[in-house]
Amino acid sequence: MLFTSYKFIGFVILLVALYYVLPKKAKWPLLLLGSYVFYYFAGWKFLFYIAAVTVITYVAGLLISRNKVRADARFAELKALEKSGSASPEEVGKEARKRYKEAQKKKRRLIMTIGIVLALGILAVVKYTNFTIHNINGILSVFGSTKRLGFLEIALPMGISFYTFQAVSYVIDVYRDRHEAQKNFFKYALFVSFFPQLVQGPISRYGDLSKELFTPHKFSGRVLERGLQRVIWGYFKKVVIADRILTAVNALIAAPATYKGVYVFLVMMFYALELYADFTGGIDITIGIAEMLGIPVKENFERPFFSKNIAEYWRRWHITMGTWFTDYIFYPISVSGPMLKLSKWSRKHLGEKVGKRLPVYLASFIVWFTTGIWHGASWNFIVWGLGNFVVIMISQELEPLYRKFHKKVNTDGSTAYKTFQVGRTVLLMSALRLFDCYRDVPLTFKMFGTMFTTWNWKTLGSGTLMHLGLVRSDYVILGLGTILLIVVSMIGRSGSVRDKMEKKMPLVARWGIFTLLVLIILVFGAYGQGYDAAQFIYNQF
Amino acid sequence: MSETEVKQKKDKKIARVALVLALLVASGLLIYAVDLLLRPKYMGTVTEGALTAEYYEAEGRHQVLFVGDCEVYENFSTVQLWREYGINSFIRGGAQQLVWQSYYLLEDALRYETPDVVVFNVLSLMYNEPQNEAYNRMALDGMRWSASKWNAIKASMCEGESMIDYIFPLLRYHSRWNELTSEDFKYWFTKDTVSFNGYYLRTEIMPAGAMPPAKPLADPNFGGYAMAYLDLMTELCQEKGIKLVLIKSPSLYPHWYEEWDAQMVEYAKAHGLLYINMLDIAESEIGIDYNVDTYDGGLHMNVTGAEKCASYLGRILVEKYGVVSARGDEKLEAYWAEVEKRYDEAKNG
Amino acid sequence: MDELIDILKEIHPDVDYATATNLVDGKILDSFDIISLVSEIADKFDVVVSAEHMIPENFNSAQAIWDLIQKLEDEE
Repeated sequence: MLFTSYKFIGFVILLVALYYVLPKKAKWPLLLLGSYVFYYFAGWKFLFYIAAVTVITYVAGLLISRNKVRADARFAELKALEKSGSASPEEVGKEARKRYKEAQKKKRRLIMTIGIVLALGILAVVKYTNFTIHNINGILSVFGSTKRLGFLEIALPMGISFYTFQAVSYVIDVYRDRHEAQKNFFKYALFVSFFPQLVQGPISRYGDLSKELFTPHKFSGRVLERGLQRVIWGYFKKVVIADRILTAVNALIAAPATYKGVYVFLVMMFYALELYADFTGGIDITIGIAEMLGIPVKENFERPFFSKNIAEYWRRWHITMGTWFTDYIFYPISVSGPMLKLSKWSRKHLGEKVGKRLPVYLASFIVWFTTGIWHGASWNFIVWGLGNFVVIMISQELEPLYRKFHKKVNTDGSTAYKTFQVGRTVLLMSALRLFDCYRDVPLTFKMFGTMFTTWNWKTLGSGTLMHLGLVRSDYVILGLGTILLIVVSMIGRSGSVRDKMEKKMPLVARWGIFTLLVLIILVFGAYGQGYDAAQFIYNQF
Repeated sequence: MSETEVKQKKDKKIARVALVLALLVASGLLIYAVDLLLRPKYMGTVTEGALTAEYYEAEGRHQVLFVGDCEVYENFSTVQLWREYGINSFIRGGAQQLVWQSYYLLEDALRYETPDVVVFNVLSLMYNEPQNEAYNRMALDGMRWSASKWNAIKASMCEGESMIDYIFPLLRYHSRWNELTSEDFKYWFTKDTVSFNGYYLRTEIMPAGAMPPAKPLADPNFGGYAMAYLDLMTELCQEKGIKLVLIKSPSLYPHWYEEWDAQMVEYAKAHGLLYINMLDIAESEIGIDYNVDTYDGGLHMNVTGAEKCASYLGRILVEKYGVVSARGDEKLEAYWAEVEKRYDEAKNG
Repeated sequence: MDELIDILKEIHPDVDYATATNLVDGKILDSFDIISLVSEIADKFDVVVSAEHMIPENFNSAQAIWDLIQKLEDEE
């Protein structure tokens, strides 16, 4: 069920209605049932994967939690025994207790590791086996071997990258004692499978989502209105903008031999708009649906295109993925024992400056490599991820230079300078995304190069734009739609747009605006016959 | 809280709910208006698309209903039937109207009236599966909602079509926003009547020439799906006490095969129906002159041809089925006077 | 505590650590800074800050970081 299918819309209406009609006790089970029905529509075979990941991480969490409770009790017991003097200090003294505690922690860590390895193992097999085989075959051919390994025939289960990450974060958080394990298996299954975020995130943490997920919410017109507003806005982005410009992007990418030079720049800009509208629109729909049910979900974007540098961009784009990588990969690696040792060693031998950075850079490298391969099992994504790494490192290294520059030239609060920074970030990110467009590393480099070698910007005026599957009126809509996006984003800088509307406008005015928006979606949306090709871009990850 | 406060709160809540309901209705009406604007109007061109809806505007009980494809709505002048025999008839036909569509259009008509005779043109039996979305929409969009319409849509949908597009036509036609013409605004809320009780009048003359040779038939038998609907039609008429007449209209193309004809003869015999192959007797008995009575080289009749066909068939209806003149009914006379006026204007240009 | 402030000053000289309470949430310290901080702390105080302690609340103010060090020292 695509978000833009009639089936999905009908499904959501039915589910929300049922949610408020059913008695309290049945509310969260309804969500679980709904989530599995939703997942079933993606393919019944995929149910096994999500069920397996759920069972594995549920058991791991439970075992860790149990061990912790038991260990704490035993620890207190040992302390009491020492006090009463009924046991020898060697057995219950401070040292003995510490040993006991560490041993138990080790046990928990083992359980966590097994759980994570199993859960990620499933992801690895379905997502990366063929990529690995492909590369092995490549190596074989380099060495002149005619042997080739056969590919596995597995379809990538919908949303597996998202729910696996969510489930893994749960196990780690239980281990880190952020929260207790969920004892009710079905409640836990709901956390893993909560349908609106199954397709493309956000990647929620159990500690955040569980607060309201199982709470039975009473019907409230206000809650419903606000959720619905968000959903409608999401559909506007997705259906009116993303799905329309998609046609042109695909046309440009499909014929790289024809569309060189300035058209590569066009791909950069168009794809930036498409991805933004598609991904944030999808997340708006996701969060809006959850809001209609009274369940807050973590934001995944914070006007990313207004970022002043790439590091900031990554704190504002796909936020839940970024924090996931920071919390569960970057920190664990960079503060791990070996890494600290390496840091010490390199400081001694390579100097303070290099030594300090080495661990951070190494951890960053691993994070960006992983981020790349998480987006897709192919080299273009890996190069894309590492491209981000390189740019961030360079800007980090240039920091002292910037500081010098700013000392000489006062740019504080200068709109022109901010605009320059924002423009620079947008261009850099769009250029990196070319790897995602052309899906072929050498080709991407080549196409990027043509921007500087092929001066064909004059042909833009000669009607080529009309050959990309869009007509003049499409461009008008895209232009107006983009202006609306920017305006709403600007208003949103000083706080939630919906809050402002609620404060300043009577119900009738709000209603009018959203009716108009619905009409715009219905009339100007790129949907229906002839527009079937569009799938959410993030679906496949 | 005092009692008045409770009451005030309740009143406020009721007012709020009423407001929301009113807004819902208003939004619904607005969207419906936009929907109407974006639907194809079938007024200036492709007027065949307007035929289905015109049935509901016609006056009085129809003694005779025609169902079928272009071979009925272009080949029989309803005005001629009225003038010559006083027969009040209507043609529920459409472009490439398939058997199941004819069946459900008949079923739909029987919700409003029970005619004496139903005339079905059998050419469309050659199609055993849904053909073309555009023709589906022309045949079905004009139907009023009923179980018949639902079933007609279900039976007719081609690949890629969905029921919801029929329920909310805006979903299908929304992309027409950049093709809107003045016609769409002119006929936004009201339509002209383009047919004459379902008859589509043409005055041009184009003599029939040589037809392309008939391709050999892969399967001489009509498809099971199509025949099943013919069975349903036969049963429905029987049940309602309506006489069913099967005809093959005198259009020269698509080719009417001997094998098909034999099947129809057989079918009519088995079910006690009358089957008239008008092709065989077009020139000899009906008096069709393929040099002057067709507007497109023998595929369809022009108005003189359609009058001849109506004249011929009317006599059978009167003589064999005892259809009596409906003249004398004041309302009906007035209605037909108006139709005839339009007809003569159109006919004499 | 003074030793800690010195470390922090080295990372960002222009922050008033006595009053700042949103070092992480206010994006004053980024992940790079925090890692340098952790390795410095490991050096100077001989405590291991592991990944499970890497939450904003533990790094939002000099006091919070100090408390974390104390807690870790206690556990040693």
